[in-house]
Amino acid sequence: MRRVVPLVALLVLAGCGSTPAPPPAGPGGVSGAVTVFAAASLTESFTKLGKDFEAANPGVKVTFNFGGSSALAQQLNQGAPADVFASAAPANMKQVTDTRTVTETPVTFARNRLQIAVPKGNPARITGLADFGRAELKIALCAEQVPCGAATKKVLQAAKVTGQPDTLEQDVKAVLTKVRLGEVDAALVYRTDVRSAGAEVEGITFAEADQAINDYPLAALAKAPNASGAKAFVDHVRSDKGRAVLAEAGFDGP
Amino acid sequence: MTRHVARRRPALLVVPALLGLAFLLVPLLGLLVRAPWARLPEQLFSPEIGAALQLSLLCATLATLICLVLGIPLAWLLARGDLPGRGLIRALVTVPLVLPPVVGGVALLLVLGRRGVIGQYLDEWFGISLPFTTAGVVLAEAFVALPFLVISVEGALRAGDGRLEEAAATLGASRWLTFRRVTLPSILPGVIAGAVLCWARALGEFGATITFAGNFPGRTTTMPLAVYLALETEPEAAIVLSLVLLLVSVAVLALLRDRWINGAT
Repeated sequence: MRRVVPLVALLVLAGCGSTPAPPPAGPGGVSGAVTVFAAASLTESFTKLGKDFEAANPGVKVTFNFGGSSALAQQLNQGAPADVFASAAPANMKQVTDTRTVTETPVTFARNRLQIAVPKGNPARITGLADFGRAELKIALCAEQVPCGAATKKVLQAAKVTGQPDTLEQDVKAVLTKVRLGEVDAALVYRTDVRSAGAEVEGITFAEADQAINDYPLAALAKAPNASGAKAFVDHVRSDKGRAVLAEAGFDGP
Repeated sequence: MTRHVARRRPALLVVPALLGLAFLLVPLLGLLVRAPWARLPEQLFSPEIGAALQLSLLCATLATLICLVLGIPLAWLLARGDLPGRGLIRALVTVPLVLPPVVGGVALLLVLGRRGVIGQYLDEWFGISLPFTTAGVVLAEAFVALPFLVISVEGALRAGDGRLEEAAATLGASRWLTFRRVTLPSILPGVIAGAVLCWARALGEFGATITFAGNFPGRTTTMPLAVYLALETEPEAAIVLSLVLLLVSVAVLALLRDRWINGAT
């Protein structure tokens, strides 16, 4: 599905071709299609933001490509047509800004922090990070190569705990799945992931999470096929309404 | 006369054929072009790659052994056994061929996971938990690879001559002896071809492995998983790992080709 979205966007754009005259603008001054590449952890909140944006700008269609930030950055660097990029980590945004100029400096629009996720009822009686050193427990963590894994490493170091993970997953949603299915006793995921899992997963906050707060940068892309739409969407995400949606999903403000 | 006709190559066929060939080969050549040849030895002999390769070879071999033990009898049942609903059973056996491997991994997790339909009893009664273990990798690989063996062996059995078995039976051989001394040797090329395909498929397994067995260096990180994670931070290492897998696959298939030709003639 994720793969299909850029393809659809490509076809839509190919249809537009290089004809200079854009379709007439709606009442909000924005028109046409807006293509947003966003980190997988933004799936729920950005889908909601996109609906709000479409409602505020009749005739505008927002298309999302959700995926791992580094995969998205690679797609953008390979020339995938997009208007906006929302990354879960500054490093992945930098990969894009290094090769493909953005209209302005990316802004941090949200922050995320880790939480301990345990299956409903907390069967292994996890109370804090210290439990991650218990070898008899099944523990899932993010692999160090992906942003949530880098954050995991920082908090475990801050807590002076040597984690005893059974698996190092390739993205945070894969970690969450292992908790949802009850295959692991505990895991470290973002607070927003715990919230998105609903009643199946319980979250436990811990002090060391402050040591690894993850910034989410957002930027309109320079080669955006729909520059005005890109700018309007960025503004929408940063508006009070946008912040409220993000806060509801469990994000901290910038 | 016929030979002359066959030698003429109509452009209508040759052009798309060459395009097709290029479509398959150019991406592989891309790996060769972009490979960091200067740093290749250093990358190749890093302990991480060594561990992943070793684990991959071990797991693929064990998975193939499981497939041989289970697959040959299953193929025999499909080809020779007089069982009702054979068409449906054969279709079901080949489902993992077309099923996205991730779905296979999810299915394994739901059945053999710690809270799975069977897994919860394995855990409760025997303290066995398969996810996140090397055994889990072997199971995931065997699951996706078994149909290759079954199809291959069943084909050999169907093509084989049943009269030798009848003759053995009339000479007083038991069914087991007949199977062991007559049937099995006659289908050996098919079994070998199936085993090699099975092994190659197991070696390349990614989706079911990462879903069911997870990823932990030295225990469940096979080569394909290592490639995927390396791509996040070290694309060069990913290219090297991919080259190694490509090399092994080509070698295996080249070997298989010979076997097939030998088996056919």
